Amino acid sequence: MDYFAGIDVGSLSTDVVILNGGGEVCGYSIIETGANSTEASEDALENALAQAGIGRGDLVKIVATGYGRVSVPLADRKFTEISCHALGAYYLFPYTGTVIDIGGQDSKVIRVGEGGKVVDFTMNDKCAAGTGRFLEVMAAKLRVPLDEMGDLSLHAKGEVQISSVCTVFAESEVVSLVARNHPREEILRGLHRAIVSRVWSMVKSIGVNGEVTMTGGVAKNSGVVVLMEERLGKTIHIHSEPQIIGALGAALLARRAFG
Amino acid sequence: MKDLGAPALMGISKVGKKSRPIKPDPHFGPPLKCTKRLKEIMTRHYMLSRYAEGAKPVAWVTSGAPVEVLRPFGIYTVYPENHGALCGAKKMGPELCAVAEEHGYHQDLCSYARIDLGHYFSGKTPAGKLPKPDLLFASNNICQTVAYWYKALSHYLKIPLILFDTPYNFREITDSDISYMVRQFEEMIPVLEQVSGRQFNYRKLQEYVRIGKDASLTWGEVLATMKSRPAPMTIFDAFGHMVPIVSLRGLPLALEYYRTLLSELRERVSHGVGAIKRERKRLMWDNIAIWYKMRDHSSLFAGQGMNFVTATYTNAWAETTPYMDENRPFESMARAYSLVILNNNLNSRLELMERLIKEYQVDGLVIHSARSCKPYSVGQYDLKRLLMERLEVPSVIIEADITDSRAYSEEQTRTRLEAFFEAMEG
Ligand SMILES: Nc1ncnc2c1ncn2[C@@H]1O[C@H](COP(=O)(O)OP(=O)(O)O)[C@@H](O)[C@H]1O
Ligand code: SF4
Repeated sequence: MDYFAGIDVGSLSTDVVILNGGGEVCGYSIIETGANSTEASEDALENALAQAGIGRGDLVKIVATGYGRVSVPLADRKFTEISCHALGAYYLFPYTGTVIDIGGQDSKVIRVGEGGKVVDFTMNDKCAAGTGRFLEVMAAKLRVPLDEMGDLSLHAKGEVQISSVCTVFAESEVVSLVARNHPREEILRGLHRAIVSRVWSMVKSIGVNGEVTMTGGVAKNSGVVVLMEERLGKTIHIHSEPQIIGALGAALLARRAFG
Repeated sequence: MKDLGAPALMGISKVGKKSRPIKPDPHFGPPLKCTKRLKEIMTRHYMLSRYAEGAKPVAWVTSGAPVEVLRPFGIYTVYPENHGALCGAKKMGPELCAVAEEHGYHQDLCSYARIDLGHYFSGKTPAGKLPKPDLLFASNNICQTVAYWYKALSHYLKIPLILFDTPYNFREITDSDISYMVRQFEEMIPVLEQVSGRQFNYRKLQEYVRIGKDASLTWGEVLATMKSRPAPMTIFDAFGHMVPIVSLRGLPLALEYYRTLLSELRERVSHGVGAIKRERKRLMWDNIAIWYKMRDHSSLFAGQGMNFVTATYTNAWAETTPYMDENRPFESMARAYSLVILNNNLNSRLELMERLIKEYQVDGLVIHSARSCKPYSVGQYDLKRLLMERLEVPSVIIEADITDSRAYSEEQTRTRLEAFFEAMEG
């Protein structure tokens, strides 16, 4: 049997998906990228191979994506995250017309056409506003674990307005809000609102088209998802492991181009 | 709206001689023969500038100012925006901008202005030396920035500033707008007479308007040769060859040059010679060039078999020319200069882009969102969406700056461009 791997080297996580010739996922792995992206890609690949119960020799082709795609010597080919997220989302949810991907370092909105092709896209500018990193910084400041911040914010009775989109300024805003004894949940909700407004302007510039799928680590944050759904006025498709969608798209491209 | 200035070409040609010869890129067709001629003309012209100071009145002029009116007075013109582009191409932008910032100018100020002020404070320039001006001549038809920038220069240098104020065209230009501008021309004549010590000669002005118009029309024809497949030049070439239409406008030399260039390009078209060897896709560029990335980007796109065949930027010096009329020089200049792209509403920009996309058979659009140039960059996200809706042209926005490379992120730009290439390949 032929196998295909997609490796997505992101700023925070390195994700690998292994597909068999029939297009089924038979192994995946998510690890922290850390300082060495080449090593991270090797490690994540080993994990996924072990899960699939196959060896490296069983892989026919490997495609790398993500900002660290250049530092994956194993890869036969490289594609941008934009193409990979579009294809991955389309594969899981075939009615997807719009993908909102919020990762650690950037966020993007992609308009997806027939067959999962990219029709149009936009990305955030060179700053952490509107990215997962923004939330990471704030979570650390508030001493809330990342995976709890979403649910916590959903229990907020009110909401604090965060006026700055700049990560550095918002951080000091949070510090003074904490000092003034504002409930953490309300601050979190305000932070989620800030990120959603930021991404919303990108959604508007591309236009909402068909069904919406969210990918990237921030899709795990229920607080962000709920506010985004409110803005959109519709439900968003989210896979149980939204971080691997880029790697899935990469594996699909490996299978398509070389299978 | 700026151009790669003549000092730029002069500087670059010097640099080219010093450094090792650049390996020819296999993706390009034969180089344009005219480039050599252009360098000669501009080098000679700028050599003269060294003798101009003291011998001739010198004016520093904005790229969109109605320079024809200075010509009958024999005023020697220098374009700080050209100089800015040169500094950008020579990768001196951050250094000179930092000088202006040390003097209190904000990072958000246009980098052409910061470079010029940085040059004023430090005397640093890659162009040898710029002659000191006796007069400043600005028009806010490109932006309001120039009004304040030139006011600052006028304050530092203690010399007169003539500001040609062009009402923004929200819908349609009115007769009162025109007479407001004509009055300004009338008022500036005595100032020009005083600075130059020459009497105004109406017949000469008519002559310069006629020559300027002919040169612009010929420039328009030069650009139109890129409608052919394959296009005989790329827009990156045009960014260089637009120097005379910007800084020698009204002089017979510019007209003569574009006639030569036009015949070379027509010759290439008739023999099917393309600027790049494998023209698979045709692109449009929006906004001013990213001067410090010209060479990299031109090879990157050529390597993909993609050629830029048109740009809103290069087109700006051809677009409103037909309004020029030697029989009504002031009225016609008022119209031609106030209807330029940056002084015109977004609807007309959208229409212009639609027209260029159709006429040049454009497959994709690269939009430079330039941190410096607010009037050019505002509305680009809407234009992008509307063009996608109406014509289904794929496009990509790259966030950068014209000369200040501190506002440029190599990795982000790469990713955006690669995603654009992937989308274009489908
Ligand atoms: N369990 C989680 N719950 C909520 N948010 C999370 C969780 N895990 C990651 N995130 C968010 O996802 C972001 C990282 O997303 P990811 O897609 O892995 O980024 P990248 O592709 O840049 O590595 C983090 O910055 C964080 O905000
Ligand atoms: S703001 Fe734009 S139009 Fe004005 S001088 Fe700068 S680059 Fe030119």
